[in-house]
Amino acid sequence: MTTLATDDDILKAAEDWRKQGRGVALATVVETWGSAPRPVGSNLVIDSDGNFLGSVSGGCVEGAVITEAIDVIESGKPRTLEFGVADETAWKVGLSCGGTIRVYLEKVE
Amino acid sequence: MKLDILKTLNAERDARRAAVIVTEQDSGAQRLVKAADVARDPLKELIERHIRSGKSGMEETPRGKVFLTVHVPAPRIVATGAVHISQALAPIAKLLGYDVTIVDPRTAFATQERFPDVTVLAEWPDVALPPLGVDRYTAFLALTHDPKIDDPGLLHALKRDCFYVGALGSRKTHARRIERLKAQGLTDADLARIHAPIGLAIGAVSPAEIAVSIMAEITARLRQGSEKTPENALGKAS
Repeated sequence: MTTLATDDDILKAAEDWRKQGRGVALATVVETWGSAPRPVGSNLVIDSDGNFLGSVSGGCVEGAVITEAIDVIESGKPRTLEFGVADETAWKVGLSCGGTIRVYLEKVE
Repeated sequence: MKLDILKTLNAERDARRAAVIVTEQDSGAQRLVKAADVARDPLKELIERHIRSGKSGMEETPRGKVFLTVHVPAPRIVATGAVHISQALAPIAKLLGYDVTIVDPRTAFATQERFPDVTVLAEWPDVALPPLGVDRYTAFLALTHDPKIDDPGLLHALKRDCFYVGALGSRKTHARRIERLKAQGLTDADLARIHAPIGLAIGAVSPAEIAVSIMAEITARLRQGSEKTPENALGKAS
């Protein structure tokens, strides 16, 4: 339930940031396999300056998600990112805990 | 996500009402389904199941993959009685993810020292309960053995549609309680919702064991619904 409390603050931040006129993207963990660090439904909110709140992986892949988020804020098109040990790039960004996660990234419009 | 959806979602969460965002993975189309509108949604059964479990997840539907983002209020426990059993129950309940509030007008019992990590209100239920916003995500426990304290709490909890209502006491004590509550205007259907004797029958003896049996019964009611009503506690539209 602490997860829910945290997510609550994240979604409030997403709303507040957007109302302030900032470009905002919302990342949500939609699928996990193996020992994923954060459960399905976890959120990360990112603004166009790269400020962020929340977590989709406990720190492992946030950097990559933030970079992609800035593209999504510009293009307005949602995309799904996958990170896992099977993926060479993903391994590089450090989901070393052995799990795979899929993250849905969308603009708040 | 449209800002309108996000605003509505945050408002529903503030009001302690469940809501689900349905995102079609192929098209990106998105809608918010409030608890009150679940029954009219084409994905009614899926959404109900997710609200009951409290878990978000990906689902295959005839229209392709959808992701359900589930938001349900954190469940709470409100109990009358700052007694031994509630002292044992409070840490177990916290571990299980419940916010706990203890109400007892007897100031010798209702002290923060006896209940270090929970909200303790040294007030009569008539004063303490109305501002708490007791709702369908609240379990109510009557634990004092004193009708002057427990009965008003039970009346309030049944009126507010708590997902679980339990009362401590033997069958004989409960029979007398039923007589008193009937005299207050409660129906047989209302009274059937009270779990009494409280807790699962596991032969619990010590306060901690009774606390375990109560928390097990609350968990069952939260996750499985009840044999007494076909609908589950939380999936039913408000």
